[in-house]
Parts: sequence; structure tokens; C-alpha cells
Amino acid sequence: MERVAIVGASMTRFGKREGEWIRDLLAEAGRACLDDAGVTPDEVEHLYVSNMASGEFEGQTGVPNALAHDLAAVPAYTARIDQTSSSGGAGVYAAWQSVASGASDMTLLVGGEKMTHRSTAEATDVIASLTHPVEYKHGVTLPSFAGLTARLYLHEYDAPRESLGKVAVKNHRNGVDNPHAQFRKEVDLETVLESPIIADPLRLYDFCPITDGSAALMLCPESVAREYADEYAVIAGIGGATDTHVVHERADPTTMRGVVESSEIAYEMADLEPEDVDVAELHDMFTILEFLQSEDLGFFEKGEGWKAVEEGITDRDGELPINTSGGLKSKGHPLGASGVAQVYEIYEQLTGDAGARQVEADVGLACNVGGFGNCVTTTIMEASE
Amino acid sequence: MSDSDGGEPTMEAYRYPDGSITYPGHPIGPDGEEPVGTVDLSEHTAEIVTWTTSTATPPGVREPNALAVVEFDVDGEPVRAIGQLATDDNPEEIDVEIGDEVRPVYAEELREPGAGIREPASQEWDGFRFEPV
Repeated sequence: MERVAIVGASMTRFGKREGEWIRDLLAEAGRACLDDAGVTPDEVEHLYVSNMASGEFEGQTGVPNALAHDLAAVPAYTARIDQTSSSGGAGVYAAWQSVASGASDMTLLVGGEKMTHRSTAEATDVIASLTHPVEYKHGVTLPSFAGLTARLYLHEYDAPRESLGKVAVKNHRNGVDNPHAQFRKEVDLETVLESPIIADPLRLYDFCPITDGSAALMLCPESVAREYADEYAVIAGIGGATDTHVVHERADPTTMRGVVESSEIAYEMADLEPEDVDVAELHDMFTILEFLQSEDLGFFEKGEGWKAVEEGITDRDGELPINTSGGLKSKGHPLGASGVAQVYEIYEQLTGDAGARQVEADVGLACNVGGFGNCVTTTIMEASE
Repeated sequence: MSDSDGGEPTMEAYRYPDGSITYPGHPIGPDGEEPVGTVDLSEHTAEIVTWTTSTATPPGVREPNALAVVEFDVDGEPVRAIGQLATDDNPEEIDVEIGDEVRPVYAEELREPGAGIREPASQEWDGFRFEPV
């Protein structure tokens, strides 16, 4: 199996992109990625588009073919990857697979979503449409799953409510130095804890925003990577897994089995352990998810992820920096783009291009979660030698 | 799933060959086998595993929307369900705790069909809320 390198990456500014639609956003990131990698459109053999719901949000379907046309990449093979919020991670998996298998020698992955023209209620409903009918009819939303799980986590592990707020404070602080982030503003703990209730015990600042944006990656066999980049990153391990569609059927609601299973696959493929990871991007769509993933990835013991935040271990200058990009919390969460943007951040860290966010890292991990842990992709990357 | 075909509504869970029970029922159970029977959970009480009150609700959903995951004990076999709490109180003043006992209470319409994105005919909209005992 070919080792797969990432030789170029890009992302648009995340936020409210007035007057720009899904095709505009995808093309912006796609063009920037071609430029970054020094690849011409006719070299692209496979083109994948990570996107959850352009049809539902905008009435625009067929975006992979539209993007191939807009980038002048025709006749590249193309496909849309929808795995809800983990569409980006699933796209990384598909793009990796295309190169690792030998089916493509140059694969462009572009993830994107256009959401902000919809009201919060409408966007929430589009996302909640992934739920099982017995959940949907009760008005269950992804934020309500977060509230249910957060209350149980705090109860089971005797964690203080403030620890969740500190995730938001940390990730907003990181986002200040990310020029692509939706929010580049610090928040203090008091502001987080006094913000309006959304799904108690969680409040407004425990949640990521609704976002427009796009991100892209260029992948090729490592054997030719030096032709395109002096510094590149290698996908050392990648794993994907699922959990039950009906969330309440899980034996332990504070464990995301998809995270456990996907990371075990990725660690084994990379021949690495959780202790080897220097920097991680986790899917903090809700603050509670950073605790769950940091535990289920093996970084911390079950029920102790909150202590790591309290002790500053996951700060940018801590032992294991988590969400140096600002995470979904501060950077924003354009559904199909998020998993791609997580890998973009790790790529920037491993190639030394993260600017003010730079940490010392040879190994990075990205964990992208769809639904409430329903689908997960974990990607482990190494810096080129 | 409630069943209103003529009789009293039921909160129907499926039982599988290994004794496990799920709500909702599935064509294939956790043991990989087809179900062998049903259980009406509406005849049982349950304990609150966790709960929340959602204030940012989608179209056609009451606001605020108090929700709970509850666990029934059916002859020693645990089975969980999710549903609305039978309360419309202020979210700051919902008077339930983890471990409280609740009973299922039938509601003809849990949210307004057609107000949200899902096709109204694709699923049922009635079901059981949970009322503190």
C-alpha cells in the first residue's frame, strides 16, 4: 500500500460569507489548494467533495461535478462524501484510499458548507434530520444530546461545570491567532457561565456557531511528494467507525465507541500510541465533546479529561495542545469543511506554517465526529523526514 | 413506537433471543438475531438517566423542550428510551433529578408534522412523554 502524503492545503475564511454560495466557497478553497501544492487542474485524477447538505441548505446538488467544471479539472473522477458533520473526515478517508490503493496519483479533496443564510432553527433542523424517527418526533437536536450527556458526565465524574467553560475559554483564546477563524475574540469564564441556556447545563458559549466556509487538501503518493513540496505531511494512520443510530441505546452514554474504534485502527496502522501524539484537533462542536474524545482517544483516563483542561495540559503551551486552531468552537463549523480544516491545521503544524499558533510537533491527530458520535474518522499524521 | 391501530396506544419495544430489549425495535437486534417478541413499556415506570431543557428548538417543536433519557427495568432487563418530559416549566425551574421515577404518558402529537424538514408521512408523530411519579 502506498504511503500517502499531503502536499498542499488551504482554507477560506470561516464565518458569514454574505453573497457567496457553496460553489463559490468550494472553488475558492480548491483553487487555493492547487496553487499551494503547485498542481495544475489537469493533474487532478480524483476530486472528492465533503458536504453534508447543499441540497437541503441551498437547493444545489451535484456539487462535485460543478466543482470539477469550476476548477477546470474535468475529466477527473469525482464524488460527494456525506457523513453529516464528519463528512470532512470521511472525505480524508476516501481521498487517502484513492491514493493508497493506486487508483489515483493526485487527489484533491474539498470540503465545504453554506449555512448562514438559514435561521438557527432551520439549520438546527437540517442537522437534526440525521436522527432516528423516535428522536426526531420528540424534537431532539444535536445540542440537546450535548446537554443530556454533559449533565450525566458532570454527575458521573464529579466534574465542575466550570471545566466545560474552560474549554470554550481555551479554544477562543487559540482562535484569536487564526486568521481564518469565525471568532477571533477571547471570552472569559464568567461570560461563558452567564450566557443564555441552550441545553442545560450547557450555555451559548458551549456551542460552536453556524458557519460558511471551505477547506481543501492535495494528496499524492509519498514517493513523488518532494516534486511538489519541501515540507509535507504523511497520513500515517487512519480509521473510521460507527456507533448506534439511536443514541440512547449506547451502553455508556459518556463513551463514543466510534472514537475508540476508529482511533485504535489509526494507532495500529501508524504503529503509534496516544502518548506519541504532539498536537490534536478534536471535534468540539460542543465543549463536552472535547472531554469525551480526549478520553476515548486514550489521551486521558475515562472521567479525567476535564482535569487536563483544568490543569492547562491541553493549552497551546501545555503537554498536549488540543485545538490550536480554535477548534470548531471558535473557528466555526461549516459541516462538510470541518474535518478537512482539522487536517489543514495539523498539516500547518507539522510543516511549521502555523504562525503564532505553532507548537513543536512531529505527530498530529485529527478526530472528526458526525452526528453525536454516530460516525467518526480519526487521522494520524507525521511530518516529512 | 406507539401503536394506535384500534386499541390503546402502546410504547412497543422489541425483545431478542438473547433476552435483550430495545426501544425502538429494530429488524435485527444487538445479538444479530431477529426479534422474538414485544414489550409494552407504557405499563412500566422508569428512572431518569439524564435530562436537559433545550431552548433553541427547531420549527414545530415546543420551546423550551425538556427531554430525558430514561431506563426501564423489564423483569431485570434494562431498556432505555428518550422522550419529552411532561412539563412546560421554565428551564431554570424544571424540578427533576437524575434517578427520579417517571411514567410514560401518551401524547397525540409531540411536534408539528410538516413544520420541519422531514416528510410528514415518513414517520409517526405521536408517542409518550415522561411524567414524574
